[in-house]
Amino acid sequence: MDLELKHIHKRFGHVHANDDISLMVRGGSIVGVLGENGAGKSTLMKIVSGFQCADSGEIWVDGRRTSYRGPQAAIASGIGMLQQDPLDVPAFTVIENFVYGQPGGLLLGRRTAHERLSRLCQRFGFELNPDAPIAQLSIGQRQQLEIMRLLALGVKTLILDEPTTGISAEQKSMLFQALRELAKQDGMSVLLVSHKLEDVISLCDEVVVLRAGKVVGVLPMPATAKQIVSLMFGQELASQAQAPVALGEPKIRLENATLRGKRVTVENFNLDIRAGEVVGLAGLEGSGQELIIRACVGLTKLARGRVLVDGKEKTGKPYRDFLGCGVAFGAAGRLEEGLIGGLTLTEHVALTENTGQMLNWGEARQHTEAKLKHYNVRGLPESPVEALSGGNQQRLLMALLPRQPVLLALEQPTRGLDVDSAQWIWKQLLARRESGTAILFTSPELDELVAYSDRILVVYAGLVYEITDVGSTTIDELGRLIGGQFIVAAD
Amino acid sequence: MTPELINILNSVVANATPLVIAGLGETITERAGITNLSLDGSLALAAMFGFVATLVTGNPLAGLLIAMLVGALVALIIAVGDITLRQDQVAIGFVLTLLCADLAQFLGQDYTGSRSTPMPVVKIPGLSDVPVVGQIFFSHQAIVYFSYFLIFAVWFWLFHTRGGLAHRAIGERPAAAFARGTPVNRLRYLYTVLGGALVGLAGASYSMAIKPGWSNPPVMRGDGWIALAIVIFGGWHPFRVVLGAYLFAALRALASAIQRSPDIQIPLVLLNGLPWILMITTLVLVSSGAIERLTRILPRPVQRWTRSFLRSDPPAALGTRFEPD
Repeated sequence: MDLELKHIHKRFGHVHANDDISLMVRGGSIVGVLGENGAGKSTLMKIVSGFQCADSGEIWVDGRRTSYRGPQAAIASGIGMLQQDPLDVPAFTVIENFVYGQPGGLLLGRRTAHERLSRLCQRFGFELNPDAPIAQLSIGQRQQLEIMRLLALGVKTLILDEPTTGISAEQKSMLFQALRELAKQDGMSVLLVSHKLEDVISLCDEVVVLRAGKVVGVLPMPATAKQIVSLMFGQELASQAQAPVALGEPKIRLENATLRGKRVTVENFNLDIRAGEVVGLAGLEGSGQELIIRACVGLTKLARGRVLVDGKEKTGKPYRDFLGCGVAFGAAGRLEEGLIGGLTLTEHVALTENTGQMLNWGEARQHTEAKLKHYNVRGLPESPVEALSGGNQQRLLMALLPRQPVLLALEQPTRGLDVDSAQWIWKQLLARRESGTAILFTSPELDELVAYSDRILVVYAGLVYEITDVGSTTIDELGRLIGGQFIVAAD
Repeated sequence: MTPELINILNSVVANATPLVIAGLGETITERAGITNLSLDGSLALAAMFGFVATLVTGNPLAGLLIAMLVGALVALIIAVGDITLRQDQVAIGFVLTLLCADLAQFLGQDYTGSRSTPMPVVKIPGLSDVPVVGQIFFSHQAIVYFSYFLIFAVWFWLFHTRGGLAHRAIGERPAAAFARGTPVNRLRYLYTVLGGALVGLAGASYSMAIKPGWSNPPVMRGDGWIALAIVIFGGWHPFRVVLGAYLFAALRALASAIQRSPDIQIPLVLLNGLPWILMITTLVLVSSGAIERLTRILPRPVQRWTRSFLRSDPPAALGTRFEPD
């Protein structure tokens, strides 16, 4: 089935998430849609699969213009999407999930469904126990089930959103084999959304690269990783901005740490961050960098190994113990973890100031005003925190961090800030390192990582690659490493 | 079996019937993701309306219909408040509990102390003549037979029909239901109202069948909370919910039998607390995983059934709102 998108536009407030996107997928071909976080990939796929409506633009199927509302209608037009977290019902069994949504009479028709499912399973070599509850399946198996469910519904275009995150290498090769077969034998069109270069290079016939909501290039495959990366991240070079600082004692140390997340595991990892050092954690979302940063502040428990803060053993200690030792943490989820919705700015400041059981509102208000002014937060001390814009919330989060922590662990410290505010935040952070604070941060912005880090740790699927010579690293190289190229190189 | 024991068991089945119907109604509602907390009030209000309507019209069918309508309307308020007005369903349910209970007493004050003839006992040819079983289960008013039918209907609907899959899915993962074309919020309205109608019927089964009449305070006071607890005890599975209702009625009968007997001296408080202690113990056992381990010994076809029977997790999306993008 041929699928063509013409001039798709979608805005969320000020953000132009999809800006005049046109692309073409021919039946029988596999097209990769690449782009860094926030490039507009997921928005585009949600529009194609009916989960969201485009503001304007057209979708053509087999040379005919179609329009639909809702995912079910998209499936009726032959377009089905496999979500990154498969949209199944965990309380159901495999067969119930397979049946649910298929047309049919009042009864489930377990027996015919069994036969249908096992035929499809056999074709692709999948093994699924029809009576197993979904909750006992791996993500890879749930993907297999979802793909077969969509095939049974007669889907002719399959969209896959980051399908290789969290599945085993064996499952991945089975998945890719199945996709190739579907494209070649059944003439299906496949859209693969990914930010993993190796996946795209090994599977796709063509690559569409998105940046800032626009199509910046279409490459026929085979193309080199270098070509793709330069399209994804642009070509500008960043430079080391700050003067080096003399490094002191190790402030945080992970020894042979094994960290288990939902989808990735970081194994036997060692890390030392010294006083005054800035370490950047690079990697695509869900690669394991959040496990590392959270292990350093006591939010992720170590499955094995030790963690030391300022030379003191802290393995297995609760988060508040880490805080007591001078560790400070700024979470990426501003309203989920960093700030407290419903409390005013003054109340936030009062919470962070340890002044005994009684609150001195006058004083708290004064401090708040001073902080708001100093950090250029646009908002009133008495307004609730959710009334602030995203950028102002971020600045408030920075304002609430302690002055002289031992370790500052920050997830995406300049998320949602414009260039000027971001630079100003970094000036504040770098000032702290001169008095011996160690800084560990994550960022999706490659130039931010290159500009401010003394060392960069690139995390890919739980594996870590260290860049010590940040000064001579190009954005290009970094982009390739983030896409997992260091693993290919090591092979 | 002595005739006396058979009599007691017969009355246990009859007395459990309102709890069975209310529990199944609430199961239907909660399986769709919404809690109708108003049971203790709506049971009383429906009971009063059903009783009075029967008294005025002389037609018990009209009474049953009015009672169901009252139960459905109360549930509708919760559905509108939660789904359309985006207010907290627990808060609305709680307020409705108090409001309906007081309203029932206020509107029913002219009828306080009235009695009426109970619905006739219907014998089922063949079944009623079976010794013991026939006397315990098939010598009842029609509403009791309806509750038997309801048990199997709800079970069959939930686990053996496509509609049942959609019903459970909107209470488990509405986003997945939406992706499959299920109109989540419309169905939530439907099942809330349907469950509420059954709660209304349960109310009428007190005032028109099991304990005919209207009194102040009403006889069913407190039973709404018990029905809510039985749904949790029953793990949202119709068979277990029913088991819980019968168990509760049996323990109640036991308590009153012991109370009447002059030989046994057990404090009343302890007897009244017995059902709760038993329920909590069972819940702890089921959720501890001990029973899950036991089911693995069973043959595989039975395993699936026992697992769904013994499951103790609430519907995953219970009490959450769903708004498509």
